[in-house]
Amino acid sequence: MTRITRILPILAIWLFTLLLSLPAQAQLEIDITKGNLDPVQIAVPDFLATTQAERDLGAQIATVIRADLERSGLFKALDPASFLETQTNIDYKPTFADWRVVKADALVSGRIKTESASRILVEFRLWDVFAGQQLKGVRFATTPDNWRRTAHKASDAIYEALTGESGYFDSRIVFIDEKGPKTNKTKRLAIMDQDGENPVYLLGGSDLVLTPRFSPNSQTIVYLSYENDNPNVYLLDIETGRRELLGDFPGMTYAPHLSPDGKSLILTMERRGNNDIYVMDLTSRSTTRLTTDPAIDVSASYSPDGKKIVFNSDRGGTPQLYTMDANGKNVKRISFGKGRYSAPIWSPRGDKIAFARSADGKFGIGVMDVDGRNERILTESYLDESPTWSPNGRVIIFSREYRGVEGRNEVWSIDLTGQNLRRVETPGMASDPAWSPLLP
Amino acid sequence: MKHYLMGGAALLVLSACATKPEPVPEMPAPEPVTQTPPPEIIQQTPPPVVQQLPPVVESIPDPNLPNPGSIEDFAYQSGGEPRVFFGYDQFDLSPEARDVLRRQANWMKIYNNSTAVIEGHADERGTREYNLALGARRAESVQAFLVSQGISPNRLRTISYGKERPIDGRPSETGWARNRNGYTNLRLGGTS
Repeated sequence: MTRITRILPILAIWLFTLLLSLPAQAQLEIDITKGNLDPVQIAVPDFLATTQAERDLGAQIATVIRADLERSGLFKALDPASFLETQTNIDYKPTFADWRVVKADALVSGRIKTESASRILVEFRLWDVFAGQQLKGVRFATTPDNWRRTAHKASDAIYEALTGESGYFDSRIVFIDEKGPKTNKTKRLAIMDQDGENPVYLLGGSDLVLTPRFSPNSQTIVYLSYENDNPNVYLLDIETGRRELLGDFPGMTYAPHLSPDGKSLILTMERRGNNDIYVMDLTSRSTTRLTTDPAIDVSASYSPDGKKIVFNSDRGGTPQLYTMDANGKNVKRISFGKGRYSAPIWSPRGDKIAFARSADGKFGIGVMDVDGRNERILTESYLDESPTWSPNGRVIIFSREYRGVEGRNEVWSIDLTGQNLRRVETPGMASDPAWSPLLP
Repeated sequence: MKHYLMGGAALLVLSACATKPEPVPEMPAPEPVTQTPPPEIIQQTPPPVVQQLPPVVESIPDPNLPNPGSIEDFAYQSGGEPRVFFGYDQFDLSPEARDVLRRQANWMKIYNNSTAVIEGHADERGTREYNLALGARRAESVQAFLVSQGISPNRLRTISYGKERPIDGRPSETGWARNRNGYTNLRLGGTS
């Protein structure tokens, strides 16, 4: 499937569509709705360059692209040592026969050009080796120190060209960094690139913080903090570090999630032991109560169109999943399988809900349709919880806690298909991951 | 009148002792009459201050016992630590828990300058946000019971830690059962 790359709104990067994708249908296409097929074999030689500085960047960018594509489970990045052809100019067609010999299905040939001390061009062409067709040709103009994000954007473009779906590599993960044994843990709010690079603490770390979630513009985070021994929801601007308490209520406020338009916050408010879901208008700060049941109503998450809410309630006797309209009407239970269900998150594609389920003493991550049909349990361990979706709704990452006094916590990743279970790189122990939308 | 009686007595003596009069024992000298002081004006004394004694220590006083009125004493009187335990996914109080809380309430009535933050805790066998809700319910159960025993709600406050503050790291029912608790975190001196 060929398509012209969207021109994205830009901060540090200017993205242009180069030359052009050739006419219509290429043969190489990955159906990511299926389980693990044979991964596409892709060759990503180091990007061509003239100076040593460019060559270093070219090698680093190619390395990041290979790692991104491999982690998706859809690609096998071939070892550059096996390549026969060394292209000297990416504006000429590669020798496809040489790439067929090394069993490459696709080839990415790229180049770095220096325009000035503060501006480089990163270009690549994606080739369908068997059809002998260019699938994509893209040029990014950026600063040299922004090479890593540029590489992720290139990975997204390649992923999109070959799967027909948007990628998820130029994105970040906010999470809780953990230290210490179970009975004496310290937790700090932190953020990193989706591949574990550039980890940064966002807060000082003297207060217990939990359950961070991104705003739709990826620039702010809502989270629960025990500042002043008062568990409440806060809003944090990632760039400026500005922090704000979102309403001072007599009971605990927690389980925050922003609406898809970013204008309101859905959260749980506790009053005298009763836990109900409220929505807060972020402009007026007025709150509206959505549930009134004396049971636990918690962990609300919006559908991407903002019209529906999925939440967790024990009103039926055990924790189960329910949906309701955004105004609190039309409540329906959707989980009917074995066990106890919690932590529901609506997929950014709108068609699935991810959740944590416990049964027979194990906790796993599962998915179901928004009406509860087609439930599938994707993982199981001593304790898997806190699922969050990749920006394209194809991958779920979650917390995994190990049995034992040390109680190691890690972040893991699984495809919606149930394939490609792998650990996500984090600087130390980590929990409560939340995946950002694609960065602008 | 007095004179007449004296005369009569003298006659009797004369008739009885006609032969040999026995010596009459000497009358004791009259005690000197002292002037009794005027009654003092009795001040109205205030009634005694009634204070309840702290509960009786069960056996012989142990010099190692905590000082009455201390936080350690509160823990001791609560049965070791001021903590009550809950069943899995439960927030109702067992008879044992009620017993512990009654003792906590009695203590707080005596030491009425104390306040408490009641912490609700959950075990790790649940997801984070659900456990925060469960912890809030447990803390509320404890607070409501203490209030029913006569402790002013102004002296009590609740906080849920969900599964964030386990006291027992063992991944077994024994460990989890200890982590499902309501902890009365006592403060002396007023502020909570």
